[in-house]
Amino acid sequence: MSRKKPEKLVDENDVRIDGRKLNELRPIKIEVAVLGNADGSAYIEQGKNKILAAVYGPKEVHPRHLALPDRALLRCRYHMAPFSVEERKSPAPSRREMELSKVIREALEPSVFVEYYPRTSVDIFIEVLQADGGTRCAGITAASLALADAGIPMRDLVVACAGGKVDGRLVLDLTDTEDKKGEADVPLALMPNFNAITLLQMDGSLTIDEFEKVISLVLDGCKSLHALQKEALKSKYVAVKEVVEE
Amino acid sequence: MSSSPMVARVKQKRIAELISSGKRLDGRGLNDYREVQLEAGVIERAEGSARLRLGKTEVMVGTKIEVGEPFSDVPNEGVLTVNAELVPLASPTFEPGPPDENSIELARIVDRGIRESKTIELEKLCIEPGKKVFVVFVDVYVLNHDGNLIDASVMAALAALLNTKMSNYEIVKGEIKEKPGYTPLPIRNHPIAVTFAKINDKLIVDPWLEEEQVMDARLTITTDKDGKICAMQKGGYGYFTTQQILEAVNIAQEKTADLRKLVVKG
Amino acid sequence: MPLFYEGKQLVTPGDLLAEGNYVAGDNTYRDNDKIYASRLGLVDFEDRKVYVVALKAFYVPSVGDTVIGKVVEVSTGGWIVDVNAPYLAMLRASDVTDRPFRPRTSDLPSIFDAGDLIIAKIVAYDRTRDPLLTVREPGLGKIMRGQLVEITPTKIPRVIGRKGSMISMIKKETGCQITIGQNGIILIFGKTPEDERLAVMAIHKIENESHTSGLTDRVTEMLRKEKGSVEDESKKA
Repeated sequence: MSRKKPEKLVDENDVRIDGRKLNELRPIKIEVAVLGNADGSAYIEQGKNKILAAVYGPKEVHPRHLALPDRALLRCRYHMAPFSVEERKSPAPSRREMELSKVIREALEPSVFVEYYPRTSVDIFIEVLQADGGTRCAGITAASLALADAGIPMRDLVVACAGGKVDGRLVLDLTDTEDKKGEADVPLALMPNFNAITLLQMDGSLTIDEFEKVISLVLDGCKSLHALQKEALKSKYVAVKEVVEE
Repeated sequence: MSSSPMVARVKQKRIAELISSGKRLDGRGLNDYREVQLEAGVIERAEGSARLRLGKTEVMVGTKIEVGEPFSDVPNEGVLTVNAELVPLASPTFEPGPPDENSIELARIVDRGIRESKTIELEKLCIEPGKKVFVVFVDVYVLNHDGNLIDASVMAALAALLNTKMSNYEIVKGEIKEKPGYTPLPIRNHPIAVTFAKINDKLIVDPWLEEEQVMDARLTITTDKDGKICAMQKGGYGYFTTQQILEAVNIAQEKTADLRKLVVKG
Repeated sequence: MPLFYEGKQLVTPGDLLAEGNYVAGDNTYRDNDKIYASRLGLVDFEDRKVYVVALKAFYVPSVGDTVIGKVVEVSTGGWIVDVNAPYLAMLRASDVTDRPFRPRTSDLPSIFDAGDLIIAKIVAYDRTRDPLLTVREPGLGKIMRGQLVEITPTKIPRVIGRKGSMISMIKKETGCQITIGQNGIILIFGKTPEDERLAVMAIHKIENESHTSGLTDRVTEMLRKEKGSVEDESKKA
């Protein structure tokens, strides 16, 4: 009953299967305001991840009895398309999707001025069209942009990234294979201007020292991601300004 | 008044003020746990069971072992399934119905602690590789909610697993036949969770119900018997700074050692 | 006492705008002695006030605003109106009829029915209840003709222009009657559909280029060019 020996995920030169260095993010593309009906939306590609986020609100709450008297009700649905993963996933919400919907909501809520709009709801939808590890983080990064695109006042953007341990090395931005076969996965979300961590999970096995180093790695990754987030948010308007001033 | 789950504003302020000055309403220090009372083997019908009281929070965990199919990517290993139920009688805020996000999150946190620390020697639960393995069901049953269901559930689950006995068996013509005698479920690790609540920028361990209602956020850190971190979960609508997280990780090290002694006797 | 940006720079939520003895204006917020942006937009300063002109924001009702809305439901005692805000607004039957309201004999749908568009004014609104409307003033009431354009409400001041310069110019160039709702909805009624189309074009151009300068001149130029080419087309026909 011997366990299968794990394949090598990182080689002797600290290069990962997809050619990345230990502290390198996957290639990222972000676009804001991609959907016509939603009040705010954003699309992100991170490696093979393809994720769409949309926001509706603030608007009247349905059903009415859920309305909160002193603030907006934030609701979040994280969902994976059946074709997003290798083996077709049933469209019914899984326990994992329910947990992620909760932690994602809790990651985004500290950034929204919910007190400004009592008795309304702000609904956030995250649809994973293709998944390859780190979808909750990419989803948060996109959802935060969707909230900003909807014109909802926020304290800060929220940016998220995961780190972990693979083949004994501490790495940034794990793919699905690295997460499944590695030793630890630590997703984290942050309000960058306040260094406020709004999502933190971990599964695997790390010493305290390793954990500290992974956190440091992830915070750096978040910083780079945040710059891309801001650029994506501004880019539409910058483009128009440049055209007009020609 | 006792049926309303909301804490009166005046009391909320009192709790927060006291914590700012390093004290808690029930007299505990910021790093003190409530009293733990543990009773194992309370349900004879279950393969293993435990009933744990953490202050007034009460959780019962029962384990059942059945025969099932292994997962395709680990055909030689038994299967672990953790479920949690926030039983309606445990709190005026628990409604009957399918599992909601809170019970699902609780189950998955307990699951992570056990799974990632490789607590159960699943490779020893294989009957016929690729076809038949033992499935260990861990069912967490919350009986009274007075705060910190996570730590109580993790401890009770560990106690129930340590209490779990499987009847001996042999394979006769491809069928499983029971033999006399029992074998304890093979356990190699002892995960324990420590949950912190952040109130007025201070960290406290083991929040009771009213502290939970006032807290900004919570952070659960699960460590194994070697002091390695095997699971973490931040919850609630607030946030933590990096410093607070590292502070919590260090306090957790010390607290899990104490709690582990209560659960793992001898 | 530092300011971290120059006027008319693009800022995103969470950007630190100023530190020190400043006043937090629109679309900013204060945390201790720091002022941050809360929406995407162009930061600007006026004396000690730091504010952001948001590029996109939804309408939040304000007492005294003229709004254009759609009746979504006839309920007991009045009408529920969608004014493109997070809250549905209420128009009471007593606002419209002087006679006491009798549920059995008063026929509310004959006054306003679901689907009707109205111009109204907000008379009451606070955190604890939905906005209340009135149609009692001249110029308010059911919209019978014309077409609607919807733009993000933050751009309405740009459509109006300084001392009404932009909107007067559009009215003059297109010959249309234009009613502006503070909630981002504009009613256009022209002598011909073509005139209305020009006005709609102008408004969309303002919405897309609101953050640039020299806009009034460019809109005027565009309208004149469009009118000119249309006249050429009709001459050819």
